[in-house]
Amino acid sequence: MIDFSLNHFELFGLPSRYRIDETALEHAYRTLQGNVHPDRHAAAGDAQKRHALQASARVNEAYRTLSDPVARAEYLLHVRGIDATDETDTKLPVAFLTRQLERREAADEAADAHDEAALAALSKDVADDAVRLRAEVERALDGDDLPAARSLVRELRFLAKLAEDLDALRAVELDG
Amino acid sequence: MTLFQISEPGESPLPHARKRAIGIDLGTTNSLVATVRNGLAVVLPDDEGQPLVPSVVRYGEQGIDVGYSALARAAQDPGNTIVSVKRLMGRGLADVGDDRRYPYRFVEGEGIIRIATRAGVKTPVEISAEILQALRKRAEASLGGDIDGAIVTVPAYFDDAQRQATKDAARLAGLTVLRLLNEPTAAAIAYGLDNASEGTYAVFDLGGGTFDISILKLSRGVFEVLATNGDSALGGDDFDHRVFCWALEQTKVPPLSAADARQLMTRARDAKEMLTGHDAAPIAAELSAGTIDAMLTSATFTDITRTLVAKTLAPVKRALRDAKLTPADIKGVVLVGGATRMPQIRRAVAEFFGQPPLTNLNPDEVVAIGAAIQANKLVGNRDGADWLLLDVIPLSLGIETMGGLSEKIVPRNSTIPVARAQEFTTFKDGQTAMALHVVQGEREKVSDCRSLARFELRGIPPMVAGAARIRVSFDVDADGLLSVSAREQTTGLEASIVVKPSYGLTDGEIARMLQDSFAHASDDAQARALAEARVDAERIIVATQSALAVDADLLAGDERAAIDRALDDVRRMSDGDDRAALAKAVAALNNATGAFAARRMDRGVARALTGKRVDALG
Repeated sequence: MIDFSLNHFELFGLPSRYRIDETALEHAYRTLQGNVHPDRHAAAGDAQKRHALQASARVNEAYRTLSDPVARAEYLLHVRGIDATDETDTKLPVAFLTRQLERREAADEAADAHDEAALAALSKDVADDAVRLRAEVERALDGDDLPAARSLVRELRFLAKLAEDLDALRAVELDG
Repeated sequence: MTLFQISEPGESPLPHARKRAIGIDLGTTNSLVATVRNGLAVVLPDDEGQPLVPSVVRYGEQGIDVGYSALARAAQDPGNTIVSVKRLMGRGLADVGDDRRYPYRFVEGEGIIRIATRAGVKTPVEISAEILQALRKRAEASLGGDIDGAIVTVPAYFDDAQRQATKDAARLAGLTVLRLLNEPTAAAIAYGLDNASEGTYAVFDLGGGTFDISILKLSRGVFEVLATNGDSALGGDDFDHRVFCWALEQTKVPPLSAADARQLMTRARDAKEMLTGHDAAPIAAELSAGTIDAMLTSATFTDITRTLVAKTLAPVKRALRDAKLTPADIKGVVLVGGATRMPQIRRAVAEFFGQPPLTNLNPDEVVAIGAAIQANKLVGNRDGADWLLLDVIPLSLGIETMGGLSEKIVPRNSTIPVARAQEFTTFKDGQTAMALHVVQGEREKVSDCRSLARFELRGIPPMVAGAARIRVSFDVDADGLLSVSAREQTTGLEASIVVKPSYGLTDGEIARMLQDSFAHASDDAQARALAEARVDAERIIVATQSALAVDADLLAGDERAAIDRALDDVRRMSDGDDRAALAKAVAALNNATGAFAARRMDRGVARALTGKRVDALG
């Protein structure tokens, strides 16, 4: 059904690089799921059903990884033999960390004051930063500067977590 | 005598041989079964033409009643008449909350709910299986044989225990489950295929006992669920209950008996339904505790249910946020579920999305219709359009870690099927066993999440704390059902797992229930013989009618009258339950048409001969 030994890029027939053709990715994803999804094999025997289940889960995992800008960067490093997700290594540039710490404090204050507009502004700020950072990650990864890429990807992950936490705080305000 | 046709394994007997596939909407208040017939999805009605089966099971003195007959006795026999059992699926006694809302005798204990009835202790799985079995028999009688596969729908927001319970009930009812399908997704299929619409849609599904909101993207033959949210304990029943409480407050009637409560609840529901088309509805009931006589206006109804309506909008906002969309991005809003007929719901939805909702399909039937369409496809009947359905898991799945916190392994709204793994390690030196607690929900603390199961991984070789690497794998299949395995990485030790579902049935219990159901096997065999006889009868009626349409001139007046009488007899017997009488009527019809058939054959041969040149016969 599918070759499980291929990496995610190979599975979708895409070049192994950070810049991605989203239309081609989605097209490849839909084509593959159209073949392997368990619904396509619902009337088949147990062995084929089990295989379809594994293949479909693998295709979903590959798509999730490649369509997410942070996960894609981490995965690309992983393919090139570098682990960017090791939590015991927390070194990040001091200026970057200071800036995020300030943002966290501002977020806490805004949450205490139930100031949804301030939280929204912070979210926008973080999102803009992430866009700039993604461009840098792309230059480093597709220019083969792996050590720089690793540090930038970790910053990107940090921003993603911050954006998630801001969303959660905003959700509390919006639901209330 | 009938010769059964047996085909090569794995092959359809004939290219055009259709398999019998059904879609079942197992609802809180009502259930339905639908199928695709001549390319059209239709709900299968009962003998009286009623499409709905009230989801009510009564364990009576004479046997088990399901549907209208059970509902009719609900007020007299509330303790043995189980309504809205869907609310109890995959739940424990602690989840029931105020159990005075229920007139049942719950059996104390941990885990799954058990109800003491006249027929013994019953679980919600067994009670639901009775409803499913009634639907299965209806479908078999209508389709003329065994059902090859069924799709049973579940609320999108059902957790793993509720899904598993539904699948167990279907197995117990003798159904081959092709798939559990989320109700809003089923509704989208019913709408999408009719309207061939591209774009992003919201499906707002307020049923009798559950509320779902799903955001779906329809494009180029793919139904992709972007996000789903909801409340598995909010539905039309809650609106009835508000009216019930209001009526009690108005009339200051003392606490009610179970039978009184059931009667007043029925009046409350009638009033709610009446307010869909009227400005006021009377609530009158003669109860043993006193007389209720009140007039509920639609303004008051809107007022006392305001918080319930607001409760539906919070999940809508969350789903949109998860999909990273705003109300303006939604091209259309589909309403599903009988409770969406309430004007205050329609107003709230229209106001929130800034557009009137789509209501061109019957909100009671749309889920069963969509399920039937998908079942027809999954069973392998290749006709009509092709499409792919990509659904999601509604609630995050995680593992309890130190400090009683949930470590999420599969986040909510992940496209299914999904397989994820995470490594954990030991906490103490020399630790040889690890207890794993699987939970579902969005909250950080395990105590705020739903407990799904507990596992133990034993036989870990003694190592220093933090040295063992235990990889826990979560696999969620296309039904949204989870299985978990664990493996110690350094030794390759596979988990000697003891699964203890927190709110489910063990495989042993299911086996016992299946065993018990064999006791009723002779009933089933009779029902099946009757169904087959009905199909035979239908076939001969159609054959006789088409013969009469072509060759009626071959019959003398009295011959024709005899055939018409015999036809009427078969039709009448076919509506009854007496298989022997039906067989006799069919035999009589065969007899009455014997001479007619012979004359038609002669005429047919004559026509064939005159239509062909003589040399073609050689």
